[in-house]
Amino acid sequence: MAELRILYFAWLRERVGRSEETLELPAEVRTVAALRRHLIARGDGYPALAEPTVRVAVNQAMADAATALAPGDEVAFFPPVTGG
Amino acid sequence: MADGPRVAVQPAPFDVAAELAALTAGRHDIGAIGSFVGTVRDSVGGRRLAAMTLEHYPAMTERALAGIVAEATQRWPLLGVTVIHRVGRLQPGEGIVLVLAASAHRAAALAATGFLIDWLKTRAPFWKQEHFDDGTSAWVAARSEDEAAAAAWGEAPPPPA
Repeated sequence: MAELRILYFAWLRERVGRSEETLELPAEVRTVAALRRHLIARGDGYPALAEPTVRVAVNQAMADAATALAPGDEVAFFPPVTGG
Repeated sequence: MADGPRVAVQPAPFDVAAELAALTAGRHDIGAIGSFVGTVRDSVGGRRLAAMTLEHYPAMTERALAGIVAEATQRWPLLGVTVIHRVGRLQPGEGIVLVLAASAHRAAALAATGFLIDWLKTRAPFWKQEHFDDGTSAWVAARSEDEAAAAAWGEAPPPPA
């Protein structure tokens, strides 16, 4: 799979306007931070990803800005969790 | 633990008595069971709540809950654990989450119960949206008190979600 699967949850899903999408991984996007910049540059609802509270998970495990990305990865962006 | 922990994420209500019975069925080594039930309140900040929706990240939720239970099992001599978290639309008065922790003695059972709910609140990918009776809705904001409560148990691998 050469594509990245990207998921959005809660108010981030509403702001971005979709719950998931796939992205052909651009050559220059090799980390979470680079992916975030790439998506924010799309405009519309995507600048919501710039909110400092936004969390990210890669392949269902918590990740950070420096986490490396590879084709086939599942990346999820979401607000701080509020279950329980 | 003699039996594996029971971890479930479901829209359906849970039956506390049935879960207690299942946890202790055929067991005579358990001396204490700690329990926590979280329920939906009917008012928030002076506003009347009509309902609440629980959203989650299915592929990650089970993994996160299993990790939290495994951490509790390492810290205390537990004989059984049950964690059930509901998702979907819930009415005031309904149960949201059930945590049961069984051990030979109360100190471990009570401490593990507190740990499990504190870590679940800050590390499992669930999000609450409140629906008010005036027709408006709002996503619940994370509370720094919850993060402090989770951190008070001492740090361990996963960063807060």
